[in-house]
Amino acid sequence: MADTGEQTIEQLKEEIRDERLRETSRLRKMFIRPELGAICGAILVFAFFLVVAGGSGMFAPEGIINWSVVSAQFAIIAVGACLLMIAGEFDLSVGSMIGFSGIVIALMTVQWGLPAWFAIIVAFALALAIGALNGYLVIKTGLPSFIVTLAFLYILRGATIYISIATTRKTIIGGVREAAEGDPIAWLFGGKLFSGLFVWLSDIGIVDKFVAGPKAGQPVVEGIPMLVIWAIALIIFGHVLLTRTKFGNWIFASGGDSQAARYVGVPVNRVKILMFMFSAFCATVFATCQVMEFGSAAADRGLLKEFEAIISVVIGGALLTGGYGSVIGAALGALIFGVVQQGLFFAGVESSLFRVFLGVILLLAVILNTYIRRMITGER
Amino acid sequence: MKKLLTAMGVAVAMAAQFVMPAQADGERFVLVSHAPDSDSWWNTIKNAIAVAGEQMNVEVEYRNPPTGDLADMARIIEQATASNPDGIIATIADYDVLSGPLSNAVAKGIPVITINSGTEEQSKAIGALMHVGQPEFAAGKGAGEKAKAAGVTKFLCVNHYITNPASVERCQGYAEALGVELGDQMIDSGQDPAEIKSKVMAYLQTNPDTNGILTLGPTSAHPTLAALDEMGKAGTIHFGTFDLSSEIAEAIKSDVIAFAIDQQPYLQGYLPVVILTNLARYGVVPGNSINSGPGFVTKANIALVEKYAGEYR
Repeated sequence: MADTGEQTIEQLKEEIRDERLRETSRLRKMFIRPELGAICGAILVFAFFLVVAGGSGMFAPEGIINWSVVSAQFAIIAVGACLLMIAGEFDLSVGSMIGFSGIVIALMTVQWGLPAWFAIIVAFALALAIGALNGYLVIKTGLPSFIVTLAFLYILRGATIYISIATTRKTIIGGVREAAEGDPIAWLFGGKLFSGLFVWLSDIGIVDKFVAGPKAGQPVVEGIPMLVIWAIALIIFGHVLLTRTKFGNWIFASGGDSQAARYVGVPVNRVKILMFMFSAFCATVFATCQVMEFGSAAADRGLLKEFEAIISVVIGGALLTGGYGSVIGAALGALIFGVVQQGLFFAGVESSLFRVFLGVILLLAVILNTYIRRMITGER
Repeated sequence: MKKLLTAMGVAVAMAAQFVMPAQADGERFVLVSHAPDSDSWWNTIKNAIAVAGEQMNVEVEYRNPPTGDLADMARIIEQATASNPDGIIATIADYDVLSGPLSNAVAKGIPVITINSGTEEQSKAIGALMHVGQPEFAAGKGAGEKAKAAGVTKFLCVNHYITNPASVERCQGYAEALGVELGDQMIDSGQDPAEIKSKVMAYLQTNPDTNGILTLGPTSAHPTLAALDEMGKAGTIHFGTFDLSSEIAEAIKSDVIAFAIDQQPYLQGYLPVVILTNLARYGVVPGNSINSGPGFVTKANIALVEKYAGEYR
């Protein structure tokens, strides 16, 4: 008797099941993710370079740090570009912002003798203000963000070159490393972590040692650059924000259909302006790390970086039209881009052909990505 | 879908054929320049390393940051170091950015020769074997001295690579030799020929008393020639330029350009490869830096130069 009772309840459940819900198998759910194409792409790219450049030093510790740093650079600006793109907007001023923030820091520390921590805070404040202005103009004018931020690409670049020439007669301002010596927050951008670990690794022979000059005996890899730590932190922050918070849903909604989002009470304008600010923030993180690492800022830093950020995001499976994408995908896109760019060198490709291959491999990655997504989600 | 995947597989396999490293019978050197892809002047250096590579039976790879971003160049040097070549040849386009990666290469036991941009002192500080290049300020000053002798009082310096400090030094050296302030006489022309031409024309229209022009290479010299031609001023303004090309040679012959400063890039590419090869094979190396320029090319010696302009000169 009990058996039949349970059966009835099951049947009842079956009947009252909401007809608006569609059943999806767990396997299918696992595969329907924007970053799937990027995961496959990353595996392919690594397999490719293990075959053609396995013995070239690319996968020795020094080589790994090299392409990790380049990938981390792409990742830092890609996280900002990714969230903004999911929110339905572009930011083409990222590259110019990198040059601008760098010059602001270098000018204040070297030329005006202000402490580095103050210069860094001012650079971030200025960048956030310009990001907010970008967003405000897009919202207020209703112009495409493509146009507004394209204008800022030129405004910021021109202003940067003008300011640096007008104040120092140079376009490269050096001496920041000396000026930032012992600063309480500068190490957050230019320092290296786990140097003890690498000394140990070099002692047991995994990492090579310098053989000449004042650095003789030290490991060739000094530590994990803060740039890489920043990239990882931003990826985690972006991923959690996007997938685990209400604000993340607002980002998707703003980019998917902003009018519908407004009807259900999403503060679309605020979301978009905040994302423009976040994009500017990421560019400034990039710039500050670069200035602290190399000890100088140049007015032409960051040329074309806005496109590299967008490329990473698109390889990562985000849609150019907004409302769809993932931070993990963008990070993998940055990894693929960095590994391909640096890997082709290790593989010994002739320099003019090198960019042809870069283009071809990027195209293949995006095609593969799109195909896998369509195949699995059944979208057209 | 299957077809596409097969096609992609074939494409990757074909790409793999192309990217297989060349045979490793000779030594392998890497030359890293700061020049963006658009800069044609470096073609002479590419020819030089091709010739030297063939003669010495070594492999020389040429690398550059596509947009001319020097931070990217630093990454390329780090990358070159990680691939353990037998020697690195690099420019010191910005000492702050490049000294770290270059001195790391030296510390790793890789011989480094610096060329083109940078000074002998910077080269020594990095620990490089030598510098093969032309002292820029002095070269600009040399050009200014010639201009002063020709009566130049007010000039225009067309700078197509404003973000490279060496280019500004040339204009400053020129101004110093004339005994005037550089001020607004240097313009940031950009790299696009049409843009350079119209900027030069606009400058000459607003500053009609300009009687001297200095261009910093073929990139800015060619559009400037076109601008002078269009304004009917060709031959009326004392015109000096850095570097050579067939158009510049032609203009020297027809008295439009007074002189071209040849820093002999061929030597900057050729000599380091030969020197590094001899160091690797026999342990011999010259003890001092080498000045590849400045050499002045004028109507008097143009015939010798003309034949190889843009190729080996």
